[in-house]
Amino acid sequence: MEEIVTEARPLKPPVKRQRRRWSWNTVKEQRQLIYMSVPLLAYIILFAYVPVTGWTMAFQDYKPALSFGEQTWVGFKHFQFLFTDDNFMRVLRNTLAMSIINLVLGFVTAIILALLLNEIKKTFWKRTVQTISYLPHFLSWIIVTGIVATSLASDGIINDLLMKLNLIDKPIIWLSEGKYFWGVVGASHVWKELGWNTIIYLAAMSSIDPALYEAADIDGANRYHKMWSITLPGIRPTIVILLIMSVGHILEAGFEVQYLLGNGLIMDWSETIDIFVLKYGIAQGNYSLATAGGIFKTFVSITMLLLANWTAKRLGEERLL
Amino acid sequence: MMRKQGGIEPLVFHTLNTLFMIILVIVTLYPFLNTIVVSFNAGNDTIRGGLYLWPRQFTLQNYKAVFASGTIYDAFMISVARTVLSTILNIFLTTMLAYAISRREYIFRKPITAIFVLTMYFNAGLIPNYFLMKDLHLLNNFLVYVLPSMISAFNLIVIRTYIGTISESLVESARIDGAGDFKIFWRLIFPLCKPVLATIALFVAVGAWNSWFDAFIYTSSRQELSTLQYELMKLLSSSMNANSNPAVANGVGMEHMTQVTPISIRAAITIVASVPILLVYPFMQKYFVVGLNVGSVKE
Repeated sequence: MEEIVTEARPLKPPVKRQRRRWSWNTVKEQRQLIYMSVPLLAYIILFAYVPVTGWTMAFQDYKPALSFGEQTWVGFKHFQFLFTDDNFMRVLRNTLAMSIINLVLGFVTAIILALLLNEIKKTFWKRTVQTISYLPHFLSWIIVTGIVATSLASDGIINDLLMKLNLIDKPIIWLSEGKYFWGVVGASHVWKELGWNTIIYLAAMSSIDPALYEAADIDGANRYHKMWSITLPGIRPTIVILLIMSVGHILEAGFEVQYLLGNGLIMDWSETIDIFVLKYGIAQGNYSLATAGGIFKTFVSITMLLLANWTAKRLGEERLL
Repeated sequence: MMRKQGGIEPLVFHTLNTLFMIILVIVTLYPFLNTIVVSFNAGNDTIRGGLYLWPRQFTLQNYKAVFASGTIYDAFMISVARTVLSTILNIFLTTMLAYAISRREYIFRKPITAIFVLTMYFNAGLIPNYFLMKDLHLLNNFLVYVLPSMISAFNLIVIRTYIGTISESLVESARIDGAGDFKIFWRLIFPLCKPVLATIALFVAVGAWNSWFDAFIYTSSRQELSTLQYELMKLLSSSMNANSNPAVANGVGMEHMTQVTPISIRAAITIVASVPILLVYPFMQKYFVVGLNVGSVKE
């Protein structure tokens, strides 16, 4: 199927090829475009590429007082330390666990909500629910974690409700027990981003050919058949692209939520790689180790992204790259 | 069309679906409404608990204390300044660059696009970035809020894709009239991009307004550069660690202490920090999907 689509592409209106060769005249002719873009190119190189040279710190015993030539090079010592360090293994576990929970919960809840919103026929009501569901997305994590902490407090609304429903007989101290933490983080993400994440699915659903539904009606398909056989396949390319992008962020479990909600009692469960980097780097001044942790994260992200993209290609799905 | 099915199923489904949506709306709104109530309730009364959807002892004292406090007022102004500056610079520079790389005849189009797109997939990391800011003398400098994030590759691609949908003949006729690239960008393309720019402006503004990590990392030793979100963060972490310790409302209207508590102050700041955004976003709703165009990331 995909092949046929690709083959049909040349039918698009032929684009006038104006590929120019490098010549002094072209540069002069395009000088306005050059003024508009080359300074910004320099800008991005300075702010995004130059700091990458700092990765050399991970292979040194970096001391800020010394110049680059005077640093001691230590090879992969810091990486070796990381992979034998219980602390690092624990933050790696936490990062992966929370990120997988967020990924699965985020995708499943958003797709379900999009399917349900798609069934609402009254435009005004649908609009209203959507507008309200976007609200938490615009609140900062500071505010959201404040709300989460208030709601989960021993006299907060969650304990209140559970007590009134007689599900528990004494308040649960949610944020003092490690075993709840991953769930709390997952639920906070769902609360904040659920509505927002449906936007893209709803847009994809609205571009599904209505004739498909009409044909299914004639064949006597019910609502759930149509969801399963028309709507879900219709948004599959969107789901795949979003999945590939999320997989690339598998070690981005977030920093803010864990940092803001975590506390000494539960740090074995709450600390992520980013917090590890912050703790070793900024607080303790062990720049080399912190940088090594950061490099590891970037390396895993790019590998996962390429891997997911390759898998999607093998399965004949939509791809990102 | 839908009628054909008949029977009881549609009724049951729509009732359950509506019920589910109502629950969703309540779960989304309640914590926020409750925060509003706390912000308008006397602090010493809030501590007694049992406050839900209506203030028990209505007061404006919390807001008065917030605005009377020099710290919060300054932080508010810094937040406004960084948000406005970031949004203007982002929109102008990103659109300008997007126009340049949308020109098929431009000789540097491919390399510039590639160099920007690549930045979406890696990040030098906290420590190298910190050293860069230090070397550029941006530590404890207001510009650190604005300079590092003037262009995002994602927004660049979204805007470029949008420019691609504008008819080429418009640009060509402008060129025949003698307009240079800068004029075409500013007079023609920029106004035509309004729908996508409205969304991107909102995203950038929300990002700038809500960020606190840069204040925490780069400017924390200069109080006068603190932002509203960072002040809120300090208040949050201190009230989580030491419940109702008066010292945490540090600098925030101590003379009102009988009525004002850290919790009520926090609620008032939360409202002050979220209302500006909440007033704007519902009007931009129809454009959101333009700004989220994921498919467009693909070349």
